[in-house]
Amino acid sequence: MTTTGTNLAAKAKNINQRAQRRSKIRKWSATVIFTLISLFYVFPVFMVLINSFKLNTFVKTETFSLPTAESFAGFANFIKGMTFGGYPFWKSVLYSTVITILSTVLILIFTSMAAWYISRVNSVFCKIVYFACVFSMVVPFQMVMFTLSKTATTLKLNTPWTIPIIYLGFGAGLAVFMFTGFVKSIPLEIEEAASIDGCGPVRTYFLVVLPMLRPTMISVGILELMWVWNDYLLPYLVLDINKYKTIPIHIQYLKGSYGTVDLGATMAIILMAIIPVIIIYLFCQKHIIKGVAAGAVKG
Amino acid sequence: MKKKAKRRDHASINSKNIRRTIMYWSPLFLLPMVVSFIIGFVWPFIHGAFLSFTQFVITSKWTWVGFENYIKAFQDESFRYSFLFTTLYAFVSLVLINVLAFSVAFALTHKFRGTNIFRTVFFMPNLIGGIVLGYIWSMIFDGLLSAYQKSVITDTGWGFWGLIILMCWQQVGYMMIIYIAGLQAIPESLMEAAKIDGANGFQTLFKITIPNVMSSVTICLFLSLTNGFKLFDQNLALTGGLPYIINPDGTTVHTTEMLALNIYNTFYTSGSAKGVAQAKAVLFFILVAAIGLIQLRSTRNKEVQQ
Repeated sequence: MTTTGTNLAAKAKNINQRAQRRSKIRKWSATVIFTLISLFYVFPVFMVLINSFKLNTFVKTETFSLPTAESFAGFANFIKGMTFGGYPFWKSVLYSTVITILSTVLILIFTSMAAWYISRVNSVFCKIVYFACVFSMVVPFQMVMFTLSKTATTLKLNTPWTIPIIYLGFGAGLAVFMFTGFVKSIPLEIEEAASIDGCGPVRTYFLVVLPMLRPTMISVGILELMWVWNDYLLPYLVLDINKYKTIPIHIQYLKGSYGTVDLGATMAIILMAIIPVIIIYLFCQKHIIKGVAAGAVKG
Repeated sequence: MKKKAKRRDHASINSKNIRRTIMYWSPLFLLPMVVSFIIGFVWPFIHGAFLSFTQFVITSKWTWVGFENYIKAFQDESFRYSFLFTTLYAFVSLVLINVLAFSVAFALTHKFRGTNIFRTVFFMPNLIGGIVLGYIWSMIFDGLLSAYQKSVITDTGWGFWGLIILMCWQQVGYMMIIYIAGLQAIPESLMEAAKIDGANGFQTLFKITIPNVMSSVTICLFLSLTNGFKLFDQNLALTGGLPYIINPDGTTVHTTEMLALNIYNTFYTSGSAKGVAQAKAVLFFILVAAIGLIQLRSTRNKEVQQ
């Protein structure tokens, strides 16, 4: 009895060990496979990096090889890129930053306020506004682009300091939808307690409701930041582009004339445009990924 | 009246006095958003819908033409071509993106070394805008194809698959995030129960995992479908619609031009026919909105609380 018992135990141990070893191998092979896929994923960015150091003529013919003594351009591409196309690159960085930050801040403040008002007052007018917002989410930009750019020009909303109003208007739909969804889940008793303690609506909103909106603020903020920063067509049509170019407009403008373009310098500009974004992403990737997941599930 | 008050959404404040004080502040809370919403969306939308029935070059000088623009839009071969091209593109990218994204998400929800790093890497392309992505990939494709004396802008097939590869590279990470959120929401006990009942890997995947992430699946399917139909920046930057063929009757068809780009080109490059362009835009809106409304209906019942 005892001998068979120990035998069985040894056998079980043996099987267990084998299974463990097998799962270990499986896990390591998964890591190796995904490392390879990841390398393929960062490959395009790596290509931008190496080609930004090559002379123009070598970008097309030796795209995939590292710069050689012959094709190496040093930092010449970057220096050329700064003033390439008769427009200083730092200016488009500045305008992109101003537009993105102003628009996101405006959207976060005013749509969350409107969403709170809509879900608390819930009058017929509020319902119409809410419905219009949901409706606007399914309207593609091409539907309004021509008339919107005309309206913007008439109202002098065609500068980096006023275009955020257009972004607030066109981007309100998703933000109002997401904020309203969240506000409805906040128990009313909290606000009633605040009003009994003598808070008016303004103080109730800013001191009680706003802090509770933080998680949705982060999701909406990230979605809007990503949208406005990378948006090309809206600023292209609305802004006076001889004076104001954002980064996507700047890059599109450079590549506009095929053949004559300096590919090395364009790659240098693209590198300068994406490196800060990637660095910011690496620092707040947790928030960004969470925000996108929450936004997608809601929207 | 009383019944109406009772049926009111529980989130709205019932006490009339509190509501009245909030309404007193409506200029602060509602006005900025509503005014810019009218400027940025409502007015351009109505104005645009109206102009689609008129002939105009500048918006203040229009003549009413009824449905003529719509008939012209349907007769336009480049528009019909771009519709077919876009539909084909949207469905191919839908299948590829979702299969890849689900597989990656499924693998990454298992515990092994580096899953967080891989997730970060796969999502990264979403941070880079469409225009920039288009140029990065046009450099890579041209580098690959230059050996065969070809380019993405001279070959329709390469333009199509180039767009597909580019969009997979960008969107797989995004959809993966949504699938991972869905996969992680499946209770552990379900998986354990399946294991105890003796289900093998395939059975667990098809009988437990996939049915439980169906809400993520619908979201991703519709997102990739609408993204496919609305694609503009990447299309403009990678191929710009090129190459083109000239028909015997003098009209040109850009063979990699998608709907959004076709509308844009009708507005801004072919001078006079702005009414037709606006009519195309309305048709485009109806198409995209139909897809979007089906999605809203199918996910409204499954709204997930944060």
